[in-house]
Amino acid sequence: MPTPAFIGRGNRRILDKVLIALLALSVVIILAILVVIIGNIVFHGVRQVTWEFITQPPREGLTAGGIMPAIVGTAALVLLMSVVAVPLGVATAVYLHEYTPAEGLHLAWARFRKSKGLPGRKRLFFRALSALLATITRSAVANLAGVPSIVFGLFGLGFFIQFIGRSIDRATQPVGETLWGQGSLLWAACTLALLTLPTVIVATEEALRTVPQDLREASLALGATRWETIRRIVLPGSLPGILTGAILGISRGAGEVAPILFTGAAYYLPFLPGDVTDQFMHLGYHVLILSTQSPDVEATKPILYGTVFVLLALTFLLNLTGVIIRMRTRSRLQR
Amino acid sequence: MNRRHDEVFFRRAGRRLRFDALMTGAFSVAGWVAILFIFLIFLFTFKETIPIFTDAEVQHEANLGKFFAEKQEGPTLMDRYVWQPTSEKPKVSLWPIILGTLKATVVGLLFACPVGVAAALFSSEFAPPRLREVIKPAIELLAGIPSVVMGFFALIVLATWLQQTFGFTYRLNAVNAGLALGFALVPIVYTISEDGLAAVPRSYREASYALGATKFQTAWSVVLPAAAPAVFASFVLAFGRAIGETMILLMAGGNAAITSFSLLDPLRTLSATIAAEMGEVVVGSAHYSALFFMGTLLFVITFVSNTAGQWIIRRMQKRMQGAAA
Repeated sequence: MPTPAFIGRGNRRILDKVLIALLALSVVIILAILVVIIGNIVFHGVRQVTWEFITQPPREGLTAGGIMPAIVGTAALVLLMSVVAVPLGVATAVYLHEYTPAEGLHLAWARFRKSKGLPGRKRLFFRALSALLATITRSAVANLAGVPSIVFGLFGLGFFIQFIGRSIDRATQPVGETLWGQGSLLWAACTLALLTLPTVIVATEEALRTVPQDLREASLALGATRWETIRRIVLPGSLPGILTGAILGISRGAGEVAPILFTGAAYYLPFLPGDVTDQFMHLGYHVLILSTQSPDVEATKPILYGTVFVLLALTFLLNLTGVIIRMRTRSRLQR
Repeated sequence: MNRRHDEVFFRRAGRRLRFDALMTGAFSVAGWVAILFIFLIFLFTFKETIPIFTDAEVQHEANLGKFFAEKQEGPTLMDRYVWQPTSEKPKVSLWPIILGTLKATVVGLLFACPVGVAAALFSSEFAPPRLREVIKPAIELLAGIPSVVMGFFALIVLATWLQQTFGFTYRLNAVNAGLALGFALVPIVYTISEDGLAAVPRSYREASYALGATKFQTAWSVVLPAAAPAVFASFVLAFGRAIGETMILLMAGGNAAITSFSLLDPLRTLSATIAAEMGEVVVGSAHYSALFFMGTLLFVITFVSNTAGQWIIRRMQKRMQGAAA
């Protein structure tokens, strides 16, 4: 933005201040939104959270009672999801960072091209191929992160329930019976695990990057195999970072509702899920039901606020834990 | 004695090496998982769409022509393009839903893009370090709010406030839903733009100051243009997120599939339609395939916009590394 010549030096400085203040306004807007949203929910929600609210099931068509089944369902779902997502995500990240060439596709390919007639050319070719695979995997991970959560829900319905579940039923159940081919805790957890996978992968790879290359080389030089190096040196060194990534991924998964809409969340259940094939109640889904399908909006409002507060508190606590672990690791690394 | 020692050593070494090879294999398999699933997601969403192109019975109720070209009789747009898949004579025009999706997305981006970029520019160029320590966690907190909670806030609090302040006819409309969507998009725009701005080499700023430019002039006409690809990429990625966002629009959009260009009418997006109708649909029916068709549409749009966004970011990173060297 060229300043017109007639604006003198002093005015120019004032204009600068004004424009910077305009930019600062956007930060104020963001902070205000955050304060209003969280403040509103905490203000109306915190007094709903009593011991009864947390330990009682809903009563009288969801207009009274507590949300205990939804809390238990969410916890079970999140636990099962982490059991699937964390090992798989960490393994993928380890593959990407420890088993594929560090120099990247371009360099690996260029080295292969330049190696005409040299011994060991075949190895350089496979190195380039492995680098290509890593590039494709990384872009697949990035794209997986961008797939809308409702599409994950469709996929869960089409793949886990209609395809895998129905196939298991055909093989193991009497004709006409469905056990696996319907929405359940297991399929919802698998769907959510896919959704959180990219978060875990990206964070773990970042954590692996913080382990100095020297340590790996020292370990290999002492005769350890690659796996032993990963097991004894790399994973312990990057554990806090992996933990942070896992927790952030889990906190994202805990708040997602769209993927579980048709893969197992139930409107109301009088019992708790006892098996992975059972349906379950879920805090986020409960919020959706209470706020859109309640026959008496005013009567359910206190319960609604209480549920939202509990859900928000849960995701923020998970987030906070992740951030604190990350901060502590960072200060340890700086020392 | 010595001989036996060697034997034990070699046996153990062999076992260690074999185990290492096994783990290499296992990790390579894990490497394929992401590729496999992105492929499977497309395959299985698309698989349920296929009847729309092949099955005569399904085509009788829903096909590409009906989705995009069918027109009912009537005086207004609302009467001509109708989504009523469960009425006696199913009407399956996608226009009301596509229009709803676009309206919400445009409002969301109109809010999130300027606010997000301005905040990123402020915090990377002007904010004192202590303030930056506040902004970043605040943005992370905003990004951590589950979309169902944002939807709840828009439905219960924001909609009432907007209606009372501006006197809207309908409580739930594109402005309300789009604004709430915009709140959720701000962290995306901010984070990616800020990364891009921070990657601009110091020498650019120093050169600008040396030529007598003020701090704002430097930020606005030197740093921001240099980071333009990242800023643009943040818009593209935010667009991808906006198109696919479900819960906010399901709860705060008013859930009415009407063909209208007005931002003050209630709306229904692709994602919200899937979420609202998939629960009651008969598996394998035309309606079911139509919903999966919307899912495929969402997948393709977000896949393209995300790939484009990532590509722009990578190119910019490469260029900035070159400029810094």
